[in-house]
Amino acid sequence: MRVRVDTAKCQGHNRCYALAPELFDVDDYGNAHELNDGVVPAGVEDKARLALANCPEYAISIEE
Amino acid sequence: MTNLYGPVSDWQNDFDHADPSYNENIHEIWNDLLENKKCPVAHTERYGGTWLPLTHEYVHEIAYDTEHFTSRSVVVSRLKPSQMEIPPPPAPIGNAPPISSDPPFHHEARRLLLPAFAPKKIEPWEEEVRQICNELIDNMGDAEFVDAAIQYAQHIPVMVIARMLGLPLEDSDKFRGWVHLVLESVNEEPEKRRKKFEEFEAYLSYHVQDHIENPRDDLITYLLNAEIMGNKLMPEHVRGTIVLLLIAGIDTTWSGIGSSLWHLATNSVDRRRLVENPGLRPTAVEEFLRAYAPVTMARLVKEDYDFHGCPMKAEDWVLLPFPAANRDPSVFEEADKVIIDREENRHAAFGLGIHRCVGSNLARLEMNVAIDVFLERFPDFELNTSEEVKWSVGQVRGPRSLPVRVLARR
Repeated sequence: MRVRVDTAKCQGHNRCYALAPELFDVDDYGNAHELNDGVVPAGVEDKARLALANCPEYAISIEE
Repeated sequence: MTNLYGPVSDWQNDFDHADPSYNENIHEIWNDLLENKKCPVAHTERYGGTWLPLTHEYVHEIAYDTEHFTSRSVVVSRLKPSQMEIPPPPAPIGNAPPISSDPPFHHEARRLLLPAFAPKKIEPWEEEVRQICNELIDNMGDAEFVDAAIQYAQHIPVMVIARMLGLPLEDSDKFRGWVHLVLESVNEEPEKRRKKFEEFEAYLSYHVQDHIENPRDDLITYLLNAEIMGNKLMPEHVRGTIVLLLIAGIDTTWSGIGSSLWHLATNSVDRRRLVENPGLRPTAVEEFLRAYAPVTMARLVKEDYDFHGCPMKAEDWVLLPFPAANRDPSVFEEADKVIIDREENRHAAFGLGIHRCVGSNLARLEMNVAIDVFLERFPDFELNTSEEVKWSVGQVRGPRSLPVRVLARR
């Protein structure tokens, strides 16, 4: 599983970083990006789905 | 002819968001309006023409559409910017940049502020916020009856933002007075408001000058030294951004904390669950943000524009009720129910699109800590029904008076 942040859509709500810091980080402006090229380690899949379902800007996608 | 300043008789065609009954009955009013499926957009001739779209889809669309809608003024008032006796600074700055700016200038003005409010800059404030909250509870002594809005919620954001900006903490009553002026007194005589705005301006001028002469490590000094494309900010830009941070940084979070405590004072099952399970509190705070989102923004229509059959005219106001979008059943399951363990919650309490609340990380921190400390110190409390809950008036909704009875304390 892989996660992606569409940086054109991200407005820095910071939900993904709060819910899944294993998968996302934020820059100095508070905008998010995926860690480790988006690879979701085993056991963290639920957090990836949670981050997707909580992004107000629909900026996160998942490839299974 | 409808009376433009009297009580509302018809919420579909003559609504007034600054009529006290609007915030008091907001959820019933939205539900009634949404039953009219033809056009989920209410209208009023008040304020020179104002529209109120209620669905997530429409609110989302307008928030993203900077071609047809401008942010030149985001608080609906009786005078349009072009009619004001002291007109706001012209575009692209506006009266409170970057919230009052449109692209492309908006992007630059916002980029200046973002680093100061980024998650990793805000996290270190947690201990200080916790201390403020505990001191407020200490100050209540052994009183059985307290006001959770007046003695608690209203003080927390003021103390934090005053420290960040570098303004005297003892002026917090003044700040709350100006919050009332900007956001609640929109139906008052323009002449009366003008005098108070002049006092606000004079206060800001004094403190900006003081920071020019005595620079220190705070946001006002930061703004005075900041540059946009190689140029220092215009004085009206510096002042407008201070206004934004001061006004938007105070009553929004105060309202969010107050509404959350109102919910807990009126729902003992939820309160008990959160006392017993502190790990659930951050999820519950997100649900309070969804269900009781405090902030409705506004836009002005740029040119005459047909919005899904609504004939909007140039300079009409359009309210952006993010709180109504948050209760749209096509986006949220059981949208009218407050479910404190709701896991999927892409609520829009902090707005959508390029104007996402710049202080959202700070607001979340303050709300989480405030709820945490209140529940730790007062594990059992209920509404004191012998006194009335008083709600704010206008675009920011939250309890201004929240009488509670403390049943257990630590």
